[in-house]
Order: sequence, then C-alpha cells, then structure tokens
Amino acid sequence: MNSFKGFVIKEFKQIYRDTRTLVVLFGMPVLMLLIFGFAIRNEVNNAKVGVLDLAKDEVSSVIIQKISASKAFQIHAYLTSYDEVEAYFREGDIKEIIVFEKDFARNLTRSGSATIQLITDATDPNLANIVQTYTNAIVGDYAQELNASSMPVVGIKVHSKMLYNEELASVNLFVPGLIAVILMLVSALMTSISITKEKEMGNMEILLVSPLKPNHIIIGKVLPYLVLSVVNVFTILVLAKFVFGVPFVGSYLLFFAESILFIVTALSLGVFISSVANNQQTAMMVSLVVLLLPTILLSGFIFPIKSMPIPLQVISNIIPAKWFLVIVRGIMLKGSGILIIWQETAILIGITLVFITLSLKKFKVRLQ
Amino acid sequence: MRIIRFLLQKEFLQIFRNKAMLPIIFVIPVVQLLVLSFAATYELKEAKFALIDRDQSIASRELVSKLQATGYFILQSEFTSEVEAKIQLEKGEVSFIVEIPRDFQQLLSNNKATSIQLVIDAVDGSVANLINSYVNSIVRDYSATKAVNINVAGLQNIEQFSVKKISTQAINWYNPNLDYITYMVPGILVILVSMIGLFLSGMNIVREREIGTIEQLNVTPITKFQFMVGKLVPFWMIGMFDLLLGLALARFGFQIPFLGSLTTILIIAGIYLVLIQVLGLFISTITDTQQQAMFIAWFIMVVFILMGGLFTPIESMPMWAQKLTLANPIAYFIKIMRMVLLKGAGWKEVYEMVLIISVVAAGLLAVSVNRYKKTSG
Repeated sequence: MNSFKGFVIKEFKQIYRDTRTLVVLFGMPVLMLLIFGFAIRNEVNNAKVGVLDLAKDEVSSVIIQKISASKAFQIHAYLTSYDEVEAYFREGDIKEIIVFEKDFARNLTRSGSATIQLITDATDPNLANIVQTYTNAIVGDYAQELNASSMPVVGIKVHSKMLYNEELASVNLFVPGLIAVILMLVSALMTSISITKEKEMGNMEILLVSPLKPNHIIIGKVLPYLVLSVVNVFTILVLAKFVFGVPFVGSYLLFFAESILFIVTALSLGVFISSVANNQQTAMMVSLVVLLLPTILLSGFIFPIKSMPIPLQVISNIIPAKWFLVIVRGIMLKGSGILIIWQETAILIGITLVFITLSLKKFKVRLQ
Repeated sequence: MRIIRFLLQKEFLQIFRNKAMLPIIFVIPVVQLLVLSFAATYELKEAKFALIDRDQSIASRELVSKLQATGYFILQSEFTSEVEAKIQLEKGEVSFIVEIPRDFQQLLSNNKATSIQLVIDAVDGSVANLINSYVNSIVRDYSATKAVNINVAGLQNIEQFSVKKISTQAINWYNPNLDYITYMVPGILVILVSMIGLFLSGMNIVREREIGTIEQLNVTPITKFQFMVGKLVPFWMIGMFDLLLGLALARFGFQIPFLGSLTTILIIAGIYLVLIQVLGLFISTITDTQQQAMFIAWFIMVVFILMGGLFTPIESMPMWAQKLTLANPIAYFIKIMRMVLLKGAGWKEVYEMVLIISVVAAGLLAVSVNRYKKTSG
C-alpha cells in the first residue's frame, strides 16, 4: 500500500509540475465554455435577407417594416427583378429573398388572399427551414392582426407552457452538452496519452518489474486526471450558473456523483485505448479522430437524436456522452432525482465495466 | 532536391510502418463520412405526447385525431391526472402533454371561447418551438372549421367575416427537397480532412523533439526550409488523398451534384491543406510534448468545428462571434465547398476567401520556419 501511495504521489507531481500543461488543462475548458456558451445558438440572429417588392403598396411595405424590425432579420438588399436572385445567392450572404406579388394589397382586399414567395438558399437546409419558419410567423401574426376585428369570438385558444426552459434559451440546452464533450475528450485523451507515453519511453518496463500490481499502476495513472476533471466540472458549473444563468434545479450531490461516474467512464475508455495503442501518436489519433465527431454529433449535443434515422439512433446508444447528457439535462433543468435517471446511470456503469474488463484483459503484464 | 527526396522517403516510411495508423488515416474518415452525415438534422420527425382528456367528448376526440393525423404527433399514453403525465414528460418518454378541459365541447358548441393546455418539454428550445407552432396551427384549423360549422348552423352570413388570408409559398433553391445530406457531406468531409491534417502535422516535430531524434536532424546539413518541406508534403498528400476519396464518395455514393468545377475545388483544397499543415507545424514548434501539442490542436479543432457554421448557422451567433469566424479557415473552406459544389460558383465569387487563406498560410509558414531553430536550448 505504501508503494502505491508513493506511486500516486509521483504521478501527481509529474502532471502538476508542468505548469504549461496545467494552464492548458484548466484554462481551455473554461475558455471553451465561454466561447461556445455565447456563440452556439440555433435560433436565427440577424440573418441577411433580400426583398423583391413587385407591389410597392401599403400592405407590402408594412410587412417589410415588420420583417426589418425583427431581431432575426436584417434586410440586406432590395431587388428589382427576379433575374437578380441568382447573383445574390451565388455571392452567398443572403439566405432568403421575400417576393411580394404584383397587386399584393389589391388581391388581398378583392379576393381575400394574397401570396408571398419565400425563396431560400437551401444549401443549408436547416437554416433555410428556420428562416422560413420565422418569416411565416411574422406574416402570420400580421394576418391575424388584420383579421382581429372581423374574426368571430368563438375558437380554441392554446395555452402553451414551456416546461424546464421557459425562455427557450439554447444556452440551457448546450451547456450540459458542453460539459459532456469537454469531460469526455479531456479524460479519454489525457489518460490514453499518459499511459502510452510510459510505454513509448520505456518506463513501463520499470513499472512492471516494480512490486506494484498492474491495476495499481492504472489507478495511479488515472487518479490525477480524475481530480483534475472534478475541478473542471466544478469550474464549468460555476460559470454555467453565474455567467450564463443556466438554472440548476436538481441536487448538486447527485450531479457530482453522476459526473464522477461519467469521468470514470471516460477514463476507462482512455485506459482501453492505451491498452490497444502502442505509441502516443496512435493513442491520440484514436481518441481524437474516432471520438471527436461521434461525441459531438451522436450524443444529442446539437442535433436531437429523435430526428436521426433509426440505424443512427441505435448506434448512438454506445456513445457514453449520450447517456450523460440525458442525466445532466435531467438534473440541471428538470430537477430529476435518481428514480427518474437510474436507467441511464445503470447503462453508464455498464459501459464503464465493459471498458475496464476489456482493458484488464488487454493490458499486458509482460513485454513482447 | 535530393535531400528533400530522402526526407520525404523517411517521413513516408515512418507513417506507413505504423500499421495501427493506417486505418485511422484512411478508413475511419470514410466510415465517419458515411455514417455521420445522416446525423445532422433538426427536422422534427415525430413527437410523442400524453393526453389528459377531461371532457371525453366527440369534440375532444376529433381534436386529438386531428393532431395524430399529421403524422408528426403520436399519442403515447392517456392519463387522468397531471402528476402521472408530468413524470412521463420528465423521463423524456413524451415531448408534450395536451390537456383538454371538462367543458370543452359544451363551450365550443355554445359559440364560446375555450382553451386547451399544452405543456411542452422545452429543454431543446427549438424543438419545443416547432411543436408549439405545429399544434397551434392544427388547433387553429380545427377551430376555424368549427366556427364555420357553427355559423352555418346559426344561419349567419359567413361572408360578413371576410377573412383575409396571406399565404406564403416557399421555394428552396439549390436543394428543393431540403435534403440535409447534400449540405452535410461536403462540410463533414472538410472537417475530417482538416482533423487528420492538423493532428498529424501537429504531433510531428514535437514528437521528434520528445524522442530526441530532432538533434540528429539538426546536426545534418538540411536547411530549415528543406526540413519544413519534408514535414509538410507527406501530410499534404495524405490530406489530398483523403479529400479525393471523400469527393468520390460524395459524387458517386451520395449522388451530390457537382455544379462547379472540380479543378477549382482541388486548387483551393491544395492551398487550404497547406494552411492546415502549417498551423499544425506551428503548434508543433511552440510546444514541448506531444501531450501539450495534442491538447492545443484538439482545442483549436473543436473551436473551428463548432464555429464553422456547419452544425449551428453562423447567422445565429452574436455579432462578435460572427466576426470571430472570419479567422476560422474551416468556415471559409466549408463555405467555398458549398458555393462551388452546390451553387456552381466560380473564382469571381470565391477569390476573396481564397486570397485570405493563401495570405494566412504564407504568413504562418514564415513564422513557423522562423521559430524552428536548428540550435537547441
């Protein structure tokens, strides 16, 4: 036990004496949270649109005014004919062109219906969709205003209550996701590198002939990063609360317990990678190239898993970050207790156990 | 020239002798391109809901079946109390709850206003918004048909409510079916190629330093410039190869239209890859260990990816963040790829961006060559 203590102390010293790496390890996650917390949004803000007003009457100009008053849009160009549409789209700045048909107001009063064409640059279909929805909402509101006086009183009103995230802020959605991405990559990347480094440098031989047991070596290697990641969780949480005002409804104790579980999952994944890889380069490429995109894309961090094709939904089940995301969002935003999230927790524990068993099997006590 | 040739030979040997790296460089990117391109959509496919129907009337049934008829909404379960429904909502088994009040039908048929309650899981705000507006429009339609029925029954003149209707007609250029695959494949390809380029080159020089072989290179008559070229070219070639592979897959696998010229794309990709390699080498020259280098490279990559406008539109970012993306090479290249491949843009539309990439690449190369010192200590 004494030698194990000594080994752990050595590991801590080795990591914490390198101030440069430390600054990077503690600073980068904070910086990332700050940048992304502010920058990642999926609502539209100041999208550039063009207007082709063939009617030039009082109704069309009121609608144009409403559109330019909206925070979502910024009218960037006034077109005079259809022929210009292509040139503007090819330049790439304008995302939507709103076309008012000729005699817009007259059609509206005479036949009771008039049409607005929304031509979108659909090379980004997600954006095109959002922009259209926003424009439709503005036009719809205006139409309702027009009809307010003549509409019959009967009707069904919908009272909508937005639970868990009243102001529909995307920060509240993304911050828990960022925690998962940061923890996953830092923990897996760092452990896999530090263990393979010993292999590459030849220190592994020295460790293996020492009286330390293999699992002691691994635990000793992993422990400093566990501490480091817990500190990171703490700083991220403080930032989330005080800088971004993300609500925290649930229990802090549960949150930290689940975070530690997830860190252990990521660490065991790192250990597994290092047991497969022979040198640092391979370990890094595996943890980065293989983990980065799937963790971002398949965890539900940005894109809802429910929208994906079924095969991908199935694959997403093996991404540990997916389960942690459900847990974190549950605790932070919904105030879920363990009774609600026990299944996800159990799955995380299961994934962790699989990685630990696999790496124990793979970890060679002898050198070739 | 001979020296460079031997340097290149050495680098290639070093890359290809590591058998574990080959699949990471050549197979995994292709697999990811194939799989992940399908993941990136916000499109609402279906949402499950729980129902609390306190009225149990014909009207309430009608409304519920209207909701289901759209295909978006699936009735998951029915409850008599709000508490149970909320538990399902909290577990995420349903996305929203519809509550119909007791006197729903009575009020409706008596020509009075009534209301239904909608409780939506708003953790994902944009999904919640979509659900809300879909439900609202369905209810509005239903309400309108009811109103007309009642008015006809009441022998009132419908004409007197001259409802004015402004309809919008959406036309989606370049991608009429709003197919997100077409959009995602070029973008994800850019990310994969950049990742491989940056990580490989970022680790390279620092690795030689860590192992100590850099000393041996330093005492040879190789010039700084030759050294850099020897480091750049192999990864550049790997990057180009991956890109070509990806483009072929995009064209023949995903059937993505190539409206613009392929030569234009390849020339720009060549310049872009130089920039990425040089950025990697730059990281390599300012760090001491592979661990540091990788962490920095990883950080830069995540920032570039998430702020590249591929996953969340640049238009959604606050102004200062939109300005920051001007310094993001990935954002440029994704934009160029999209413009040339999907819209058929030519040099006239993209030359400014290409110019910026070239200037940055040249500047960074100068700095890295300058920072790399042949003397140690």
